[in-house]
Amino acid sequence: MRNLAPLGLRTRLIAAFLLVAAISAVGTAALTYQQARTAILKQSQDTAVSTLRDQLENQSLVLPLDQQQVQRVVNEIGKRGKPHPWSVFAEYGTLRASTAGAPDLPPAVTTSLRTRITAHPHGAFQRVEDARGEPQLAIGMPAVFGRDGQREATGLVLYAVMPLLTEQQTVDAMVQAARQGAVPGLAIAVIPALLAARSVQRPVRDMRRAAERLGRGRLDTRIEVRGADELAGLARTFNETAGALEESVAELREAETRARRFASDVSHELRTPLAGMLAVTEVLDEDADQLDPDTAKALRLISAETGKLAVLVEDLMEISRFDARAAELHPDDVDLAEAVGKTLERRHWDDDRVTTDLPPGLRARLDPRRFDVVLANLVGNALRHGGAPVRIHVRTASGPAGERLLLEVADSGAGIAEEVLPHVFDRFFKADAARTRSAGSGLGLAITLENVRLHGGTLSAANAPGGGAVFTVDMPLEVTA
Amino acid sequence: MSRVLLIEDDPSIREGVGLGLRRRGHEVCAAETGEAGLALMAGFHPELVLLDLMLPGINGVQVCRRIRETSEVPIIMLTARGDDVDIVVGLEAGADDYIVKPARTEVIEARVRAVLRRLGDTVGRPEAEQHGELAIDRAGLTVAKNGERVPLAPSELKLLLHLCATPAQVFSRQQLLEYVWEHSYHADARLVDACVRRLRNKIENPDGSPRYIQTVRGFGYRFGPL
Repeated sequence: MRNLAPLGLRTRLIAAFLLVAAISAVGTAALTYQQARTAILKQSQDTAVSTLRDQLENQSLVLPLDQQQVQRVVNEIGKRGKPHPWSVFAEYGTLRASTAGAPDLPPAVTTSLRTRITAHPHGAFQRVEDARGEPQLAIGMPAVFGRDGQREATGLVLYAVMPLLTEQQTVDAMVQAARQGAVPGLAIAVIPALLAARSVQRPVRDMRRAAERLGRGRLDTRIEVRGADELAGLARTFNETAGALEESVAELREAETRARRFASDVSHELRTPLAGMLAVTEVLDEDADQLDPDTAKALRLISAETGKLAVLVEDLMEISRFDARAAELHPDDVDLAEAVGKTLERRHWDDDRVTTDLPPGLRARLDPRRFDVVLANLVGNALRHGGAPVRIHVRTASGPAGERLLLEVADSGAGIAEEVLPHVFDRFFKADAARTRSAGSGLGLAITLENVRLHGGTLSAANAPGGGAVFTVDMPLEVTA
Repeated sequence: MSRVLLIEDDPSIREGVGLGLRRRGHEVCAAETGEAGLALMAGFHPELVLLDLMLPGINGVQVCRRIRETSEVPIIMLTARGDDVDIVVGLEAGADDYIVKPARTEVIEARVRAVLRRLGDTVGRPEAEQHGELAIDRAGLTVAKNGERVPLAPSELKLLLHLCATPAQVFSRQQLLEYVWEHSYHADARLVDACVRRLRNKIENPDGSPRYIQTVRGFGYRFGPL
């Protein structure tokens, strides 16, 4: 049990397209954001750091510094914040000064920044966030003076704290822009995805339909080849295969038709001499008595075999007509009990060898001649191969396509061997390989089956649980023809 | 003992059937083609024609029509099962019955006797019956419509007499096949249908629905009630 339905080609294609589009959009946006953010921040930082350095160098300091001097420096530099206004703090030993109200160092000036300044005489900076989460740039810059080409620290360290709100907003705007661009981008990507899916799906669907048609026996099915891609190649291959299939099937059918026509022609050709022979068999039979025993025997043999041959040829022709779909149904309205009675009576089976169970007054529409052949064949077989008593049981049942007629012929024999059962309707099938020709032509059950099929019914053979073979005819009560 | 004209192109059947029928006491005159058979009609005066459907030159159906133009002699077609269309056309052309080849002489003779058998029982019905415009004389085996004699082939006459003997009774096709044609096997109901059509053409009024021989759907045919 799969809990995930397999996705269609179209879905998969669109998903793949969207995934690729999303990856490119997100990737591009991420890289752009990264680069732009760095560039923007770097520019502000560099400006701020160099400004502070320049300002600090432009100050003339008289060491040692006092509170007043420190405050002045702080005030001077505090006015010249770039690119944004900044707050400036100074630290000189224990002296503190700031442009903000309190002289204490703000939390933005972290311990790590202060330690780094000692290592970086050129100053250091750090991006921090204040209590409100807004980004700030904190710069630390020791004031130095040059002596004999050596830079010496004055001990004065200036800190500038600058809000980076503008940069943050710029970056945010970029993210927003990327987000707003990506969604429509993805939406637009659906269009080529759909087009691509369609371009793949259409030929595939066409091919599926064509294959279905082919399977239904329409061997002349071909696909229109569009373009020169792999799908077109597949379509071409399909067409070639269908063509080859059509050709070989046509050859087979032709061979089959030839074989059938041959059988039909042969039986037709045989019929004429047989008609002449059969007309004179009586003469042979009558006069045999006045001839010497050997001649009489020979004549009776010819007479008997001529009769059998006539039956065989008739049956062959009947089968040929079924094969050529030339068998016609001539339905008539009959009283079923009457029809069954007549069939039995005509063949002198209306004694206790055959028992019938027929609903009285049941009328059916069927071909009486063919029905007679069917019943006579089944009962004759039952008597010959099974054994008396033979039971004929007729009933009706409701089917999806209307009332159905069910006719069962059961014998009291040993039943049909399991290995024989699938072959009982085969032409010229002999249940016992060693058995010589039986009374029938070997086509009886095959013809019976075809007759039932012609009525739109089925014929099946089985063994009854209590022993004996049962043949069941299931056909429409009212045959349409 | 009757005179039979056999029209059959195949020599083995012609000789075989001819021999078989002669042995049974019939006088047989055989013709190889339809033309020859038609030429023999006048001189031989057959009481019955056995006619092969598949003939070279003019075929059996055409021969049947030509014979019917001048005569109501019983015609039995010799056919092969499977020549289905021809059977119907032959019956429409006026044949009374058909025999499927190959057939034993006893079968052929049984059909011949059935067609030739004297019709109906005339006992107690000396005078002609009147059914609407039809006057039916069972003894004289004649039918007249508005005083004019209607020529009927044997099977048509037999069918009409059988149906009108018990007006308003429905007969199934199979029953009619047994009573009228004496077919002892399940024959083709089209034999009855074709004969009914021919009979209607002769006795019914061309306009309007059949009055004398009515179809009872799902059952068969009946005469009247008028």
